[in-house]
Amino acid sequence: MNSQLIQLNDLGFSYDQGKTETIKGVSLDIPEKQVTAFIGPSGCGKSTLLRCLNRMNDLIDTAKITRGSIKILGQDIHASDVDAIELRKHVGMVFQKYNPFPKSIYENVAYGLRIQGIKNKDVLDEAVERSLKGSALWDEVKDRLKTSALGLSGGQQQRLCIARTIAVQPKVILMDEPCSALDPIATAKVEELITELREQYTIVIVTHSMQQASRVSDRTAFFYLGELIEYDKTNTIFQNPSQKHTEDYISGRFG
Amino acid sequence: MDNPFQKQLGWKQKKESIYLWVFRLCTYTIIAAALFIFSDIFIKGVPTFFKSEAPYVNTEFFTESPQILSVWHDQNGQEYSMSQKNYEQWVVAHPEKEIVDLHNLTASGGGILGPLVGTALLVFICMVIALFIGVSAAIYLSEYCGKGKLMSTIRLSILNLAGVPSIVFALFGLGVFCWLAPVITDVPKDSAAFFCRWFWTNSYLSFQGWGTSLLAGSCTLAIMVLPVIITACEESLRAVPKGFREASFALGATQWQTIRKSVLPFAVPGILTASVLGITRVAGETAPIMLTATMTEKSNLPWEQVEGPWSFLTQSVQALPFHIYTLAKFPESEHVKPMQYGSIAAFLILVMSFALLSVILRNRLRNKLKW
Repeated sequence: MNSQLIQLNDLGFSYDQGKTETIKGVSLDIPEKQVTAFIGPSGCGKSTLLRCLNRMNDLIDTAKITRGSIKILGQDIHASDVDAIELRKHVGMVFQKYNPFPKSIYENVAYGLRIQGIKNKDVLDEAVERSLKGSALWDEVKDRLKTSALGLSGGQQQRLCIARTIAVQPKVILMDEPCSALDPIATAKVEELITELREQYTIVIVTHSMQQASRVSDRTAFFYLGELIEYDKTNTIFQNPSQKHTEDYISGRFG
Repeated sequence: MDNPFQKQLGWKQKKESIYLWVFRLCTYTIIAAALFIFSDIFIKGVPTFFKSEAPYVNTEFFTESPQILSVWHDQNGQEYSMSQKNYEQWVVAHPEKEIVDLHNLTASGGGILGPLVGTALLVFICMVIALFIGVSAAIYLSEYCGKGKLMSTIRLSILNLAGVPSIVFALFGLGVFCWLAPVITDVPKDSAAFFCRWFWTNSYLSFQGWGTSLLAGSCTLAIMVLPVIITACEESLRAVPKGFREASFALGATQWQTIRKSVLPFAVPGILTASVLGITRVAGETAPIMLTATMTEKSNLPWEQVEGPWSFLTQSVQALPFHIYTLAKFPESEHVKPMQYGSIAAFLILVMSFALLSVILRNRLRNKLKW
């Protein structure tokens, strides 16, 4: 258990001050430098759980952790001396709907560094180039870094969002259905990118596509109604699930 | 062969066209009213801006402040009308003429420079104050505060404030800014509500008010227009996609960094729209400035008789709506008419150009910041 980067212990979460639990006691460990996929039908709490990992749910007034704990790098992220802003520098996030800022490509990637107060142009240039190369976008945009990010295609915009995330060099990248707004070709490129990124980053991906989970992930967790039903190696989940429920879901019999 | 799609001419079709015409006539009514107002004012007012001999522009109208207009006849029955200053010169220059039937008409001679400058200053200072406070409050309401009962009560109160009659704001301004606001002075007035030493200096901090002044008027107008500005700014902040905020937070930005870099820039076009609303409302208000900023006998311009760089703020000003109000009380006569219509036309043009400026700015920004 030495390489477990994220440890969830009996985590409970509620959107309405604890009246109803959206996540009901989930315990799982996410290993370092692997891709972990969260699957399950809509409303099962997988996106909510993902947003717990970088405390994005703090932005919702009535949201509340009802029980349990999340440890990242051995540190409880809800401890009183943890700053959510510092946490998010280490746990980046890519959203379902690609959302680059309406600024230039360069400024989008440099955003995370600028807010950390980095002004040195050489440092920024280097980071922008490294991040765009890291997200396999450099060759496509290197001649138009100063043009608006909104001129890019959907798939390019999503990869730009990934570049923006890796620019701040997080440990973990959370991806919330990153391909659901993309066409199959753009999806393939993003999946290829995810496979490359796992060399350096720990990736947690929420997806509705069973094929995508089976293609890109090392481990898969199946959620249903806020509970973790099964969590195992992706191959095991897809070929030999131990739970009847999981088998029904991945074979498309319900969901 | 029978047409299966034969046009029907029943009650249903008639009802349809009745509705259409009711809606259409209602729209035409307001258009007709607007057309009447604008054409009447411009047709009668714009000629005041020009004159028949060189340089063709009525410079007096734009470079002089309102003066008393003297109207008289000479012994031959020839009629003259000049501002009082020119009348006095004329009397000296024409000692042989006899003056018959002299009338003096307040504020109908000279030009509108004073009111024009006064209104521009009032609107400008008011908008600076109102935008600063309004945008800050809107940021707090839309980004920082929660959605509790208290906050929705506060929001509702702000909305309600927008419906308060301007005379109420005028009285508020008179009481607070003219009579109660703090000043630092060497000689506190007896009427001050309270005064004390200003730290270790020889001056006093005295709650004696700013008197009838540009600053008091601007502040009153700012308070009056704040509800409109806050509501409109809050709307435009909320219209910025949530994704920008989330992305910024996810990159480790603080709340203020997120607002500063990913929310405010994209709300600026909406904020400018709000300020257009504000400007048009503020510029036209008469009641608040009548009580707090203008004086009838005021004749010097803001930069005349100054005692320091900021003293224009504490002086009273002339203002166009008030000038128009003064003129409107006269029965319409050929001597007053050019001044009446000219002032109103100039006023409309001033307000429209303020609004136009914001619209142009907004459109430019919109094109730059599309998403």
